Parts: sequence; C-alpha cells; structure tokens
Amino acid sequence: MPVFYEKKQLVAPGDLLAEGDYVSGDSTYKENGKIYACRLGLVDYEGRRVHVVALKAFYIPVPGDTVIGKVVETTPGGWVIDIKAPHPARLRASDVVERSFKPETTDLPSIFDVGDLIIANVVAYDRTRDPLLTVREPGLGKIMRGQLVEVTPTKIPRVIGRQGSMVSMIKRETGCQLTIGQNGLILINGRSPKDERLAFMALRKIEAESHTSGLTDRVTEMIKKERKAVESK
Amino acid sequence: MTSSPIVVRVKKKRIVELLASGKRVDERGLTDYREIQLESGVIERAEGSARVHLGKTDVLVGVKIATGAPFSDVPDKGVLTVNAELVPSASPSFEPGPPGEDAVELARVVDRGIRESKAIDLEKLCVESGKLVFVIFVDVYVLNHDGNLIDASAIAALAALINTKMFKYTVEDGKIVKKPGYTPLPIINYPIAVTFAKIGDKLVLDTELDEEQVMDARLTMTMDKDGKICAIQKGGGSGYFTKEEISEAAKIALKKTEELRKIVVKG
Amino acid sequence: MKANKKKTKKERINMTNKKPEKLIDKKGIRLDGRKLDELRPVKMEVGVLPNADGSAYLEQGKNKILVGVYGPKEAHPRHIAQQDRAVIQCRYHMAPFSVDERKSPAPSRRDVELSKVIREALEPAVFLEYYPKTSIQVYIEILQADGGTRCAGITAASLALADAGIPMRDLVVACAAGKADGKLLVDLMDTEDKVGEADVPVAFMPNLNAITLLQMDGSLSVDEFENAISMALDGCKQLYALQKEALKSKYVAVEEAEEE
Repeated sequence: MPVFYEKKQLVAPGDLLAEGDYVSGDSTYKENGKIYACRLGLVDYEGRRVHVVALKAFYIPVPGDTVIGKVVETTPGGWVIDIKAPHPARLRASDVVERSFKPETTDLPSIFDVGDLIIANVVAYDRTRDPLLTVREPGLGKIMRGQLVEVTPTKIPRVIGRQGSMVSMIKRETGCQLTIGQNGLILINGRSPKDERLAFMALRKIEAESHTSGLTDRVTEMIKKERKAVESK
Repeated sequence: MTSSPIVVRVKKKRIVELLASGKRVDERGLTDYREIQLESGVIERAEGSARVHLGKTDVLVGVKIATGAPFSDVPDKGVLTVNAELVPSASPSFEPGPPGEDAVELARVVDRGIRESKAIDLEKLCVESGKLVFVIFVDVYVLNHDGNLIDASAIAALAALINTKMFKYTVEDGKIVKKPGYTPLPIINYPIAVTFAKIGDKLVLDTELDEEQVMDARLTMTMDKDGKICAIQKGGGSGYFTKEEISEAAKIALKKTEELRKIVVKG
Repeated sequence: MKANKKKTKKERINMTNKKPEKLIDKKGIRLDGRKLDELRPVKMEVGVLPNADGSAYLEQGKNKILVGVYGPKEAHPRHIAQQDRAVIQCRYHMAPFSVDERKSPAPSRRDVELSKVIREALEPAVFLEYYPKTSIQVYIEILQADGGTRCAGITAASLALADAGIPMRDLVVACAAGKADGKLLVDLMDTEDKVGEADVPVAFMPNLNAITLLQMDGSLSVDEFENAISMALDGCKQLYALQKEALKSKYVAVEEAEEE
C-alpha cells in the first residue's frame, strides 16, 4: 500500500500522503481511502497512522492542559479568559472564591482584573461550549512578573524537548525559569533582563527552525555565543 | 420560522432519498418547472411591467425610462441598470434596508443576461452622442419567495422589457420634444436563465424553498435565442460542481431555455 | 452636429484611451507578448503581514493582491454565528488607486457580489464544521488591478488560510479563460476582458475535482464554453503547483541555510 512521502518531509494542504488501509492522525483527513494533509507541516508515518506536525496551528484546548491566558472580561459569575483559542475560556468565580459567595459583596476584579495574566488548567472542552478553566491546583493563579513570549502551539513539544531536554538546557544556560502554556504562551523569569533576552532569543530560534534536526545543540551554541558577546562589552 | 441545523438535516435526508428514486416532494421530475403564470402590463405608471408566478414564487418587474448622460467609454449607447429588491414581506428571512449580497447578486445576474445577450439595442437609445441617451431602469421586486428567484426574475424582466413602450420624440435645440404615439423598446434578443441546484449528487431545476434550503450549490446558465451562453453564475452554498456536471447542465439548459422562451416570446 | 465646446480634462483623457484595434496579432501573439495559452508571470509569497493570523501576497502580471486572514475566533456580531460550523466573512476590496480612474473606497455592488462568490469558492475547502460558532475573516485587498482579480484573490486567499494553520481539504486555485478576437485564451488582462467576447473565471480544488467558482459573461457556444473551462483548469493546475511551492519555500530556505 503506497505512501507518497518520506518521514519528516514538508507537506501542504491537499498533498496525498497515503492510500489504502491507513488511519488519519493530526492535521490529516481521509477521503475515499486516501489520506491527505490538511495543514502545512512535516509528515510522519507510525505504523498504520499518518499524521502531520503542523508548522502553524492555533490552539485547541484539551482537558488537562496547562495554559496561560489574559483576563478580558469580568462577569457576575466569573471571568472570561483569552487563551488564544477559537473560543474564549471561562473561569468560574466559584473556582476561586469560597462556596457561598455573593456577587454583590464579593469584588471579583480585586481577585483577577481585566488585563491580568493567569496560569490555569483546562477542565473541560467540547466544541459546543466555551472551554472551562480552573486555578485550584498549586502553581496556578495570577502571574505577578515575567516576560511573555508567544510561539505557535504546535512547537511547544519542541520547546520542551525529549524528556524536557530543551527546556532544561535553556534553564541551565540562561538561569531563567520558563513556565510553558500548552497554548503557545511562555513565561520567562530571569535574574536580569540580559538573561531573559537570551531565553527569548532561544525561543525564537526554536520556533523558526523547529522542523530541523540538531536544534538543541545549535540553540545551546547560540546562547553561549551571545552570552560571550554580551559579556565582552 | 428559522430552521435549526437539525431540522434542515432531517429535511435534507428526505429530499435526497426521494431524489435517489427520481422523485421530488411535489412529484415533479428533476428537470420540470412549476406552473408559470405570466402577466404583462400590470403597472400602468411604469413604461413596461410584468409579473411572474413560478409556483408560489411571485416576482414583479417594472421598467422606467429616463434620460441622462451616457458612460464616457460608450458615448452612443443607452444605459441599462438593473436593481432588485427582496421585500421583507416576501420571506421572514428578508430584512428591510439597502440591498444585501443576495439582492445584489440577483440584480447583477439578471443584468448580465440582458446586457451580454445585447437584448436591448442600446445604440437605438442614443439621442445625442456623448451627451444625451435614454436610461432604462429595470427594477425587480420579489413579492414572495418560494425558491428559484433568479429564473423567475429573469423571465419577468424580459417580459417587462418586451412590454415596454417609449414615447415618440424629436430633438429640437438639443432637447427632447415628445410626439404623439409610442414605440416599443428595441428588443433584439431573448435571454432566458435556468438555475440548477445540486442536492446530494443530483442536479435539480426550479427548486422550491425547501429544496433550496438543503442544496449544496446552484448554477445558473443564461442562454440567448441562438443557444449561446451569455451568463453563468455559481452560487448558493458551500458546495461545488464537477466539470462533468457542468457539461450535463449545459445540455439540459440548451433545451430548457428554448422551452421557457416560448412562454415569454409569442410567435 | 456637435457643439464646439471646450472639452473637459476628463473627456480629453478618455478620448486618448482608444480601444485597441486588435487584441491578438496574426501570429497568435497577444498585446503583452503572450501566446493564447500562456499565463502572466506570477509571484507568490506567504506570511507577509505580521499582525494577521495568516497572510499572502500575489502578483500576476500587473495585478498586486494582498490577503490577510484572522481566526477562527468568536463570531461578531453574535447573530451571524452558526451553531454547527464556522462562518467565513470575506471582503473583496479595491484600493482607490488600483485602477485607472480612481475608485471610491465605498463598496460597490461589484465588490459585494465578488465578496460573496469568493467566499463561496473558499468555503468548500475549509473544515468549517470543526469550529462551530466562530468566524474566519478573509480580507482581500486589490492594490493594483489588471483583470482577473477575483481569481488571483482566491488563489492568494487559499495561501493565507493555509498560512493561518486553518485546516483545509485542499488549496483552492483560480484562473480565468475567455474569448477575444474570436479566439479562446487564458488569463485575460483587463483590456482583453473589456474588449473581448467572453470571460470565464473558474476556481478549482484539484483533489476533489471540484469547481467552486464559475461565472461567465459574454457570448459563447456550449462547445466554446466547455473548451474555455478546460483551458482555465489547465491554468489552475499550473498555479496550484506554484501555490504549493510558495507555502513550502519559507521553510525550505531555513533548512538550506542550516545545511551550509
């Protein structure tokens, strides 16, 4: 049964990837026994499954994901959060405030106000309703400081790296803490603006070259080079 | 009454099932038109008019003639302008206000049929080249929407133009002076539009409203008296046609436009 | 007899834009040197607008077209949202300086019709049912026009949609064919469209053998019309290959740089 590309080849929407008894995975679809790409990206064949790692795609919430979002509206029942998904997400007041809260007496904006950044987990999402968030677990809640960087969500696995190799390398080389949202938003917290800039440049390089190999080494090299250039001034 | 997606899906299933066995809800054949009633000269104040009933679809067209300046790139031709109004009482889905995209499309498709077939001999409507010509206003007024507005409007527009009478005149000192008597508008071609709907994998002519709500796409073909195509418009939905379906449609259109023309052009 | 009135500047200018006698010479060569079945030179670039979710720029002959795409995002106003699918909001707009005689920026009836048919040409390609209650906005700006802008607009809009990461069944590609000086030809420029006998724009999704836009104005026999469609589809296939190249080229360049 024929496949038409090699692993990690670049494919575009409408490219015929395979024909026959295959299963269509991410960013592909099946029609009349043929599997086509529906996004631009790198094709991969794993046994019977054909999928494409899209070079660019917007975030679709998955329950369990950790995301970073911006509060865009306060309502009597809670908050509306922009998590860069097709639908805005919701955070219920009851998630944060004690059980019997009264909308009239509880001042929701004092907890989270429009413009605040929060880290939250996705609790539920089906396509007919807006995604629901929670900040109940430890490590979640309002973000007080740090620099926010946005990458396309499909590149997040590359930013993390195999078993966290890429993100630990960045932490090691720049001394910065990286908080990663599955929705493509990443928070950088470093000891100095110089350090944060190095982490920022590393993320940009990963985003631009995520489809190439040997990236971890090249990013490490780049950070070292940049650090030397800065220190020698 | 707006249709929710579930209602539309159930309706579509039934219509598609019927079509698979070559039938439609009202027992017509796939290429049969509903009963057509045509009345001309129904609005005395207009220079020409016609009203068409196509099943329950009801379209009234009025023609008014004025004078004005020609377009600078065609200084010795009269001006044709077609407008369409989907009056709110014709359907709960029509809203008052300036023409939306459906009204604009309807007007332009009807216009294209008349203009590209050169149905009106516009050169005979020139009074003084570059300065003064007759302006023909064709206004399509949809009074009730039960599907296939394009074909009904095109027939009504053609009938209204055939019905149109211009006053006789002379030109004195660069001004038009009316003379007694009337002369018909110089009509030299007779464009007819037929609109195909694609439902499932079947091509269906003259859809009624229910069928239109479930169609995947529509294809209008306008042909003149010599069987030449003068306008085509695909629209009506997010579906598509294959080249083979388009060829099939053209063959059917050739026969159908001839049949329909006989209703408008007597003798 | 015409009065010997002084002509206004506008009239003088129009008088000098005489219509060309012949659009095709004896050797079958057109006014811009092309053969009957030749497309104008095309340039396509993807990802050119930093603020849009997806974008593309296309030049075809003198046509210059820029497309920006946003979404899928929450549909505004709410009443346009569909419960079971995304809606595409499409705007075809010509810049006032894009044509010989300045065009008013207010949408003309032609703009309204083209926005509609272009939207209907793109809809079959997008997996709208994946994103209910959202809208995808496609803004097509014609910066310079020379005939065939709706086709070029569709071709560029497909690139912009793909650039935005919106899942598509296939790219939509469009090309027009027509008739001038009695001969069938492909990719008409403005003069050929205005003076010629017919114009047939076609949009196509090659995988599904699906024609998603089809219009015609002019006068053609059924046979001529069918031949014109074939010519347009041939043009489409050539442009489709260029679309794929344009999408992939941004990333191929990075790979090649790394290999050095």
